[in-house]
Amino acid sequence: MPNNIEQRLWNYIDNVCDEEEREKIEVLLQNDDEWKKKYQELQQVNRLMHESVELEEPSMRFTKNVMEEIAQSHIAPATKTYINKRIINGIAAFFIIVISGLLIYGFAQINWSSTENNVSPFALYKLDISKYFGKQFLNIFLMLNVVLGLILFDMFFGKKKLKHRHN
Amino acid sequence: MYAGAGDNEIISKVLQGDQQFFAELVNRYRHFVFTIALRYTVNREDAEEIAQDVFVKAYRSLADFRRDSKFSTWLYAITTNTCITFLRKRKIVTYSLDNEKIFEFANSTGVINGKEAEHKSKAGLMNKAIRLLNADDATIITLFYKGEQSLEEIGQIMGITSNTAKVKLHRARRRLKEKLETHFAGELKNILD
Repeated sequence: MPNNIEQRLWNYIDNVCDEEEREKIEVLLQNDDEWKKKYQELQQVNRLMHESVELEEPSMRFTKNVMEEIAQSHIAPATKTYINKRIINGIAAFFIIVISGLLIYGFAQINWSSTENNVSPFALYKLDISKYFGKQFLNIFLMLNVVLGLILFDMFFGKKKLKHRHN
Repeated sequence: MYAGAGDNEIISKVLQGDQQFFAELVNRYRHFVFTIALRYTVNREDAEEIAQDVFVKAYRSLADFRRDSKFSTWLYAITTNTCITFLRKRKIVTYSLDNEKIFEFANSTGVINGKEAEHKSKAGLMNKAIRLLNADDATIITLFYKGEQSLEEIGQIMGITSNTAKVKLHRARRRLKEKLETHFAGELKNILD
C-alpha cells in the first residue's frame, strides 16, 4: 500500500485502488482536514489537466503528404507468414541439445570423491577433444562459417543497394 | 470517407488493397501522433517529419497489427519508438526543468514570453507548463489525459509495467504541478479562483 498521502489520493482519483483502500480513504477524507485539503488541491489539478491538455495541429498538408508517401510503398506481409515457427523451434532444440550434452559431459568428468583442497573437481586436463573434433571436422566447420559469412554479406549489401535505389 | 467506421473495419479495408481508407486513420490520429512527437522535439518541422514517418511505418507493417490491443495503443508505441530513434540519430538534447537553464532557453525561444493571447488561457498555460517537462513526463500526461489510454496501455506503449506507468504518472503530475506553481503562480491563481 502506498504510504504517502499524495500517491494514495491519486490512486483514489484515478480509480486504481482496491475496495478496502477506497473505503479507508473515504473515511480519512471525512475526518481528516489535511487529507481533505490535499484531495481538493489534487482534484483541481486533475480537472485542469482534463480540461486543458491540448493537442497540437500539424500542417494542413499533413494527411496529403502521408498519402503521397505511402502511395509508393506496399504493406509488408505479416511476420508470421514468413517466419516459420518450426525453424525457430529447430534452432532452439539444437542449442538446447548441444548445451545439455556439454553439461552432461562436463559433470561426468567431475571427480566427486576428490578431497584435496585447491584442486578443481573438474579434470579439464583429461578432456581430449581431438577424439571428437578432428582436423577434417575443423575444416568443414570453418568452411561452413565462411559460406554463412558470405551469405550474410550478400544480404547486407543487397539491402543497402535496394535502399539506395529507393532514395 | 469512412468517418463512422471503427479502426478495425478501416484496417480490414486497407489490407484488402483500398489504400485511400488509410487517410481516415491518419486524420483520426494525426493530432495525437504529432503532439507526442512534439513532446520529444521542440522543433515543429522535426515533429512533423517524425509523425509522417510513424504513419508510413504503421502502413507498411499494418499486417502485423494483431488486433489484440487498440489500434491507437499500437500506433502510439510506434510513435514513441520512432521519436527515440530519431533523437538518437540526430543526438538531439531533450530538456527538463530540473535543469534551470531550460527556463532561459524557453525565454529565448519565446516559449514562455510569447505574445500570443493563448498564454492567458488555461490550455495555453497548461501547454507551456507541459513543454517545460522532460519528454517522458510530457508524453505520459498526454497519453493519460488526451490519448484515452489506460495505465496498462501506457505500459504497453512505453515498454514498462502498468505499475511503473502508475508511478511515472504520479511523478509527472507532481512535476507539472511544481512547474505551474513555480513559474505560473499568478496565472494559476487567476484560473483556479
